Amino acid sequence: MKKEWPVWEVFIRSKNGLEHRHCGSVHASDADMAMENARDVYTRRQEGVSIWVVETKHITASNPAENGEFFEPAKDKAYRHPTFYELPIDLKHM
Amino acid sequence: MEKSIAELEAQFQARIDRGESIEPKDWMPEKYRKTHIRQISQHANSEIVGMLPEANWITRAPTLRRKTALLAKVQDEAGHGLYLYSATETLGISRDEMYEKLHSGKAKYSSIFNYPTLTWADMGAVGWLVDGAAIINQVPLTRTSFGPYARAMVRVCKEESFHQRQGYEIMLTLCKGTEVQKAMAQDALNRWWWPSLMMFGPPDAESTHTAQSMIWKLKRKTNDELRQLFVDITKPQADILGLTIPDPDLKWNEETGHYDFGEIDWSEFWQVVKGHGPMNKQRLAARNKAWDDGEWVRDAALAYADKQEAMKEEKQELKKVG
Ligand SMILES: [Fe+2]
Ligand SMILES: [Fe+2]
Repeated sequence: MKKEWPVWEVFIRSKNGLEHRHCGSVHASDADMAMENARDVYTRRQEGVSIWVVETKHITASNPAENGEFFEPAKDKAYRHPTFYELPIDLKHM
Repeated sequence: MEKSIAELEAQFQARIDRGESIEPKDWMPEKYRKTHIRQISQHANSEIVGMLPEANWITRAPTLRRKTALLAKVQDEAGHGLYLYSATETLGISRDEMYEKLHSGKAKYSSIFNYPTLTWADMGAVGWLVDGAAIINQVPLTRTSFGPYARAMVRVCKEESFHQRQGYEIMLTLCKGTEVQKAMAQDALNRWWWPSLMMFGPPDAESTHTAQSMIWKLKRKTNDELRQLFVDITKPQADILGLTIPDPDLKWNEETGHYDFGEIDWSEFWQVVKGHGPMNKQRLAARNKAWDDGEWVRDAALAYADKQEAMKEEKQELKKVG
């Protein structure tokens, strides 16, 4: 029987106003333990004001091998960028 | 010892005054939560309803270049709506609840979208003026106190720049064209100018929410200050186009360093807010139709997910038995 504790991904908000950012993972038997482990491993020097942990198996990740076709739709759409539009140089605030 | 509400509120306000952000799980006064739910969801509704006047012209855009640009812009507005609905959900209201309020007419959206888009030139005027006014309203919100709202605004503001530029490019092309084309551009400016000024909301003297919103940094400049900024920025842009802003009182004031401008017809504004604008009924009907027509798709997706789940469970059962 498998006895390894599951993996949890750890996300930390370094300060209010900023988003949580992924910083690594921990092993833990449940969510409470994952939270304490994340605190002890990743915020020993007050690196955060908020932590999210989520069990790794609940994350669906895109497949890098398929990046070509997966991100292809945005590739040929220069018109989504402001620089695509030609405007006079004396035009201000746009 | 339990802190009293008054103490908590004072601490909360001190955090905002120090420039700290408030995040969804932080303690907040009930009024802060309710006001933010109202404002952010109304903002989301505006993005979604705002797609309708422009969607009206996608199939009739004069060139492929214009069509792809307009399509991309309308698609962005859908994205803006989604960023904002998600930010609102962090305050404890569900997406369905927000939709229900919009569809039943209980929740508001920006009045500007209750005006019709009559000619192609309106795509130019809307991008230039309506997105221009929206940018002026939105830029200060990138530093508002509620974190998820501020972060959504950063994304939105980055994307808005192209919206305004594509609109201005349409105006510029029309103004360099034939007499008839230039007249179309002027006509669009005539119709969109005053409603655009109204986008900044009622004058400060009559604005009921301004004081509280300033304290919470939900507003960082007053309606009248933002309106003035819009006029000051937009008048020179109209000059480049060779168009006349439909306001005989609009003139540069050497003393104040700003443009003076004429009285806004606030009775028209309140008419439209109360549901009697030219397109209020059509806009709500279009939203409701889209929601109702999409019901089978939402149901089918859920049914498919349930079926997949059931199949997975069945397989696991078989494995155990095997
Ligand atoms: Fe938008
Ligand atoms: Fe926009």
